[in-house]
Amino acid sequence: MSTVIKIENISKLYRLGTIGSGTLQNDLKRWWAKINKKEDPFQKIGERNIQNKSGISNQIWALKDINLEVNQGDVLGIIGKNGAGKSTLLKILSRITSPTTGIARIKGRIASLLEIGTGFHPDLTGRENIYLNGAILGMLRNEIDQRLDEIIDYSGIERYIDTPVKRYSSGMYVRLAFAVAAHLEPEILLIDEVLAVGDISFQAKCLRKMDSIAKQGRTVLFVSHNIGSIRVLCDKAILLENGKLKYKGTAVETIDKYLEGIDKADEDSFNIEEDKIAYVTKIKITDINEKSLNTIPIYKPYKIIVSVTITSFITDFILGVGFSTFENVSLRTIWLKPTSLDKGEYLFIITEDNIYYTGKYQINLGLSMLNGKETIQYLQNAKTIKFENYVDKNMAFDTNCGLIINQQDVEIKLSN
Amino acid sequence: MIKSNSNNWDLTITPHRGWFDFHLSEIWQYRDLLKIYIRRNIIAQYKQTILGPIWIIIPPILTTLVFTVIFGNIANISTEGLPKPLFYMAGIITWNYFSTALTSTSNSLAGNAGIYGKVYFPRIIIPLATLISSLVRYFIQLMLFFSLLGYFIINNADSIQVQLQLIWLLPVLVILMGIQGLGFGLLFSAITSKYRDVRFLIGFGVQLLMYASPVIFPLSIVPEKYKWIILANPMSAIVESFRYMVFEVGQVCFNSILYTLIFTGGIFFLGFLFFNHTEKDFIDNA
Repeated sequence: MSTVIKIENISKLYRLGTIGSGTLQNDLKRWWAKINKKEDPFQKIGERNIQNKSGISNQIWALKDINLEVNQGDVLGIIGKNGAGKSTLLKILSRITSPTTGIARIKGRIASLLEIGTGFHPDLTGRENIYLNGAILGMLRNEIDQRLDEIIDYSGIERYIDTPVKRYSSGMYVRLAFAVAAHLEPEILLIDEVLAVGDISFQAKCLRKMDSIAKQGRTVLFVSHNIGSIRVLCDKAILLENGKLKYKGTAVETIDKYLEGIDKADEDSFNIEEDKIAYVTKIKITDINEKSLNTIPIYKPYKIIVSVTITSFITDFILGVGFSTFENVSLRTIWLKPTSLDKGEYLFIITEDNIYYTGKYQINLGLSMLNGKETIQYLQNAKTIKFENYVDKNMAFDTNCGLIINQQDVEIKLSN
Repeated sequence: MIKSNSNNWDLTITPHRGWFDFHLSEIWQYRDLLKIYIRRNIIAQYKQTILGPIWIIIPPILTTLVFTVIFGNIANISTEGLPKPLFYMAGIITWNYFSTALTSTSNSLAGNAGIYGKVYFPRIIIPLATLISSLVRYFIQLMLFFSLLGYFIINNADSIQVQLQLIWLLPVLVILMGIQGLGFGLLFSAITSKYRDVRFLIGFGVQLLMYASPVIFPLSIVPEKYKWIILANPMSAIVESFRYMVFEVGQVCFNSILYTLIFTGGIFFLGFLFFNHTEKDFIDNA
C-alpha cells in the first residue's frame, strides 16, 4: 500500500475574539516584534484549545503537532468532540487555510466536500448549477457532460432540472447537491459532516453511496460526530482531542476510546444518609457489558445500575425508577416486586431492551417499604439518560414513529 | 518495501507560501470554472429583471444626458468642438469600465468568503471572471457609443472628423484599463479581507478620482499649473487616448502614455502579489 497523504507536525494557531478594532494596532506590534526578532507578543506557547475555559491569550492551537499517514484505499474516520480540530484538519488538507507549522504531502487528485451545494446560485437552474457546483469541486466540463444524465437521474428531480434552484424545496436542493457530489471521482475525498442535512432515509442513502465510493479503492477521510456511521464506513479512525492526536487505530478501537472519554465519570454519587433505613449511593447507565455510557443508541439494550445501602432489615422494599421528560411529564415507571432485604450494600441491575426513540430524559429514583406504604427516599433527576439515533445504512428510522418504538414478535397464522 | 513514492508528491502544503509562488498553471487547470463563473455573472445579474440586459445601456445613456445638460449646457465646459453627448459618452463608458473592474473585484475575497471557506480553487478565478464579465458589458456599451457616433455622422457629417486607422489601439486601451482596474481591485480585496474600513473608501474614492480625469472636460482646458494632477491619474491618458483614437482630438503625449504603462504594470504586479499572499489564509480573518 502506498502512502497518499503524509502529515508531519501540522499545527494551526487561531486568533480568537473580534477582528476589527485594535487589529491594526496589534498587527503593528506583532510586526515590530518580528523586526526585533522577538517572540510574537500575542502567541502564548503551549496553550491548547479547551473551549470551556477562558485562556490567557486570545490565540488557540486548533491543531498541535499532528503526524499521520494515510494509505491508498483507506477509509479513515476522524472523530472527536466539538472543537477538537477535526474540521481544521480537513480545511488544511483541502487548502482552504494554511497550517501555522508543519507540512502535508498529498498524492493524487483531492476533492473536499465540506458542505454540499457550495456555490449554488439561486437564480440559476438546476442544470446550470450542476455545472457550476461540479466545476467548483474541481470537475472538468467534459466530465460533467459525461455524467450529466446520471447526476440528474440520481437526484430524482428531473422534472425541475430547468427551474431556478431558489424555487426548490430544501429537500430537492440537498438531493441535487448530493447528486453532484456523489459523482465526483477524485482519488482522495475529504468529507465533513455532510450527512448532517436531510432526513434519516436520505442520510442512509448517502451512507450507502459513500460505502460504494470506498469500495472502489478510493481514499476517504471522513469527519463525523455520528459514531454509528464511522463504525459502518471506516476501517481506521483517529481521535482528536483539544487539537492533539489522541489515538489512532482501527475504527472500533478508536470509537471505544472516544466513548470512554465522553462517558467517563458518569457514575453519579449521592450523599450518605445514615439516618435513613435505606439510601441510594450511586447510579449509572451502562451498555449490555456494563460499560458506562451517557448515550444509548436506540434499539440497543442497556442497563441501569443503582447502588443502595440498607442500614437495617427492611420488609417489602421497593425500588422505583421513573422516566420523565425535562418538561416534567412522567413517561414511565419501572419497579421491582416487593422484597425483604437484610442490612448491606446492594446493586440493583435493571436490564431492558431499548424502546425509546431519540431524546433526553431524567431518571427519578424512589425507595419505599411496606409495599409502597412508606416512602424512604425520592431523588428527582438522579441522572440524565440520552438516547441517540446513530445512523446505520441498513436501518433507517423515520422521525415520526413516536417516543417509544419497539420491534416485537408477532404470532402469525393462517386465518383459516 | 521499496521506497518508490518518496519524491513524487502531487501537492505539498506548507505554512508559508513564497511571495512569488504564483501557481499560474492552476488557473489553466480551472479554466472551465472560469468560463462558468463568467457565464453565471452575466446570466444571474439580469435574471428576474424586466428590462434584462437593457440595464447595461441605460446608465450610460442617462449619465450622458445629465452631463450634457449640467456640464455642457449649464456650465458650458468645452468639448473640443465635438457634439456634447459623444464627448461625454466616450469618457463615461471608458471610466465605467475601469471603475466597475475596480469596485467589483475589490470585494472578491471578503464577498466570497462563504465559498472560499468551503472549497479550494485558485482564488483569483473569481476576480478574473468578474473582470471578464464586465468586459462584456463594456462591449455592449461600446456598441451604444458607436451607434450614437453613427447617428451624428449621418445627421451632421461635417462637424466631426472620424478616423478609424487608430482603431487597433482599442484592444490595447481595453487591456490597460482592465489590468489597471484588476490590479487595484486585487490590492484592495487583499486589504479589505482584513481591514474592512477600506471598503468604504473605495466606492467613494473612485467617484472622486473621476473628477481628476478628463471625463467631463478635455485636458486642453486644464491650466498648465494643475495639469500634473490630472495626469497623475493613470486613467487620464487612457480616457484622452480613447477620444484621440476616434476623433483625433485631445492631448496625448508620449510621457503620459509611458507613465500609464508603467503604473498599470506596477499596480497589477503589486495587487497580484498581495492577493496571492493573502489568499492562502485570509479565511481565518474573514
